[in-house]
Amino acid sequence: MDTSLLIAIFPQVLLDGIILGFMYALIALGYTMVYGVLEFINFAHSEIFVVGAFIGVEILLGLQARGMLDAFSPFLVLLILLLAGMAGSALLAVTVERVAYRPLRGAPRLIPLISAIGVSFFLQDAIRLFESIWRNAFNLVYPTMDQLNLRFQLTENIEISVKSLVVIASALLMLWALHLIVNRTKVGKAIRAVAEDQATASLMGINVNRMISLTFLIGGAMGGAAGVLFGVQYSLINPYTGFIPGLKAFTAAVLGGIGNIPGAMMGGLVLGLLEAFAASYLSLLTGGAFGAEYKDIFAFSILILILIFRPKGLLGEVVRERA
Amino acid sequence: MRQSSIWRKPGIALAVAMLLLPAAALAGEAKGTIKIATQSPLSGGQAAFGEGIKLGSQLAIEQLKGPVEKLGFKVELVPYDDQAKPDVGVANAKNIIADKDILVVIGHLNSGVAIPSSEVYKDGQLAMVSPANTNPKVTDRNLSIVSRICGRDDVQGEVGAVFAKSLKVKTAYVIHDKTTYGQGVAEFFRDNAKKLGIEVVAFEGTEEKSNFDPIITPMKAKKPDLVYFGGMYDQAGPFFKQAREKGVTAKLMGPDGLDASELAKIMGKTGVGLYYTTAAGPVKLYPKAQDFAKTYKAKFNKDPEPYAAEAYDSTAIALKAIEAAIKAAGGKVPARESVAVQIRKSKYSGITGNIEFDEKGDRKKAGYFILEVASEDPGKWGDNKLLKREEIAPPPLQK
Repeated sequence: MDTSLLIAIFPQVLLDGIILGFMYALIALGYTMVYGVLEFINFAHSEIFVVGAFIGVEILLGLQARGMLDAFSPFLVLLILLLAGMAGSALLAVTVERVAYRPLRGAPRLIPLISAIGVSFFLQDAIRLFESIWRNAFNLVYPTMDQLNLRFQLTENIEISVKSLVVIASALLMLWALHLIVNRTKVGKAIRAVAEDQATASLMGINVNRMISLTFLIGGAMGGAAGVLFGVQYSLINPYTGFIPGLKAFTAAVLGGIGNIPGAMMGGLVLGLLEAFAASYLSLLTGGAFGAEYKDIFAFSILILILIFRPKGLLGEVVRERA
Repeated sequence: MRQSSIWRKPGIALAVAMLLLPAAALAGEAKGTIKIATQSPLSGGQAAFGEGIKLGSQLAIEQLKGPVEKLGFKVELVPYDDQAKPDVGVANAKNIIADKDILVVIGHLNSGVAIPSSEVYKDGQLAMVSPANTNPKVTDRNLSIVSRICGRDDVQGEVGAVFAKSLKVKTAYVIHDKTTYGQGVAEFFRDNAKKLGIEVVAFEGTEEKSNFDPIITPMKAKKPDLVYFGGMYDQAGPFFKQAREKGVTAKLMGPDGLDASELAKIMGKTGVGLYYTTAAGPVKLYPKAQDFAKTYKAKFNKDPEPYAAEAYDSTAIALKAIEAAIKAAGGKVPARESVAVQIRKSKYSGITGNIEFDEKGDRKKAGYFILEVASEDPGKWGDNKLLKREEIAPPPLQK
């Protein structure tokens, strides 16, 4: 075993894990917020995330086709992408709630869950249909923006690219904004009240339906932003791209304590780091006996261990507030 | 209510009779319909390849069905979508053998789908002609119904390793996609590379499709001279692209799964200089395939993907064999077994060269090519630089 190599790549793996973790955290928020308010899992959230990624790539390809991609600063382009992706996904999330979940509000818990799975399949194939007609393509590629690919050499073995910095910065910014909205504004208080007790909240004059829509709006926007960042970071997307990250983010939400916002962030980071370290180190530590393909088994085994000792998730009990 | 149900019955009988009539009338006109099925992914990430197989086959049927039609049969193509998934391929295969009109299958794209599906064809004695499956196990099971037009991965892996050696590569890092095809060809590359004295510093599989960071980080730290990816372009593309963007300067290489113009679309300028081996030569290398390329482009408005020409030849051989089998059966619909026997006897001069099969169904001399990506423009994929071209006989059957 090459110890110096293990130490040398440590910071880079840490960085990879943090980026992946923030991506999971942003998606996990959509699951956890909806669960906090309605106590059901919105399985269509992985497609809401992917729609953000597709909006991003469509704008980029549109700009590129008109030769305008290089005319703007990549940061401005990225900002436009993020805003458009957030708006599109947020709108979609609200529509899905209105069409597929609200009519089932009084039904037993499993019914909207099935509806969510149905919406998920519907959206996957709707995107596929649209892209096959519109571009006759299955895989779409984010055009390369050179300035975002510049790399800073921190030490001999650690490099960070501009786009990785952008991912971390935008994730942090959005998590901070969400924290402010939920905890410092009247609307946030109303959402928390609805999460606590819908009947009482409505007696206090809170419009429950509007607050639920707002929850989907915020969760969808976070998902859309994550979609754009995912596309920028990993470049290739297809209509089924959302499935695995969606599943991981859902896991992250459970790990952090479902219904708990700081928990979702923490769960995302823990899962991202576990995955990155497992993938990078398993083969080095076992002399090639176990390779990167076992990263999920490793990550999920640790997850099970954590949940055995803390069944409500990392932060499930400590923080009472839900949103 | 009762009255109405009595009235309805003769109505139904009449409707059924009217439906049956034209079918009976049609059957009287010709001796019957002979169908050729294709199985390849028509949806999903590898649809570009799979559609090439379908269209190549379609073109062959349109151009070459004459002799069979003269014998009094209609010839039809039935395309199936195997979605590049073994379970879908097998389910389709069961439907295919149930359709008695189907006498030959052209397919598949993926060895991992072709192998289990061919076990089903075997039960129906249905011949499969493979345009694109390179895994040795496709023919090494010695099934009398399986024949293939393209080369084999054990040879392809060796060709790749020999070329890597000629690039003076000392260390290689091998990644594969864990499929029958990808892992298979990666193992052949690894074993041959080791034999030639190249140090293989890692051999790893991954099913990851988007985030390759955790694989790239240790890879970069090991500073290999060459990175080999055994798999398909839709996974190799993002992997190689992310590796380049993270500053990996090693030479990049892969097998025929990378031979798709979409790789250039995914990788952009990071793809220029990438090496790949393939068992499907670029169409421009075959003098007899020029008309095929032109007609294909005019008809389908795109250049033929790799293995479209092979699918054309596979179908041509199938048609010839059907013709011979009809004649042997005295002008009647031939048995499936006799079509399979005729295919193995083929001596055919196709657009990809002369085709004859050995005792286990491999092409007696298959072409192997090494190419280098020349441009970031997907439209110029056909102009990739040919570095080496060889014709190699398959290894004999291991008994």
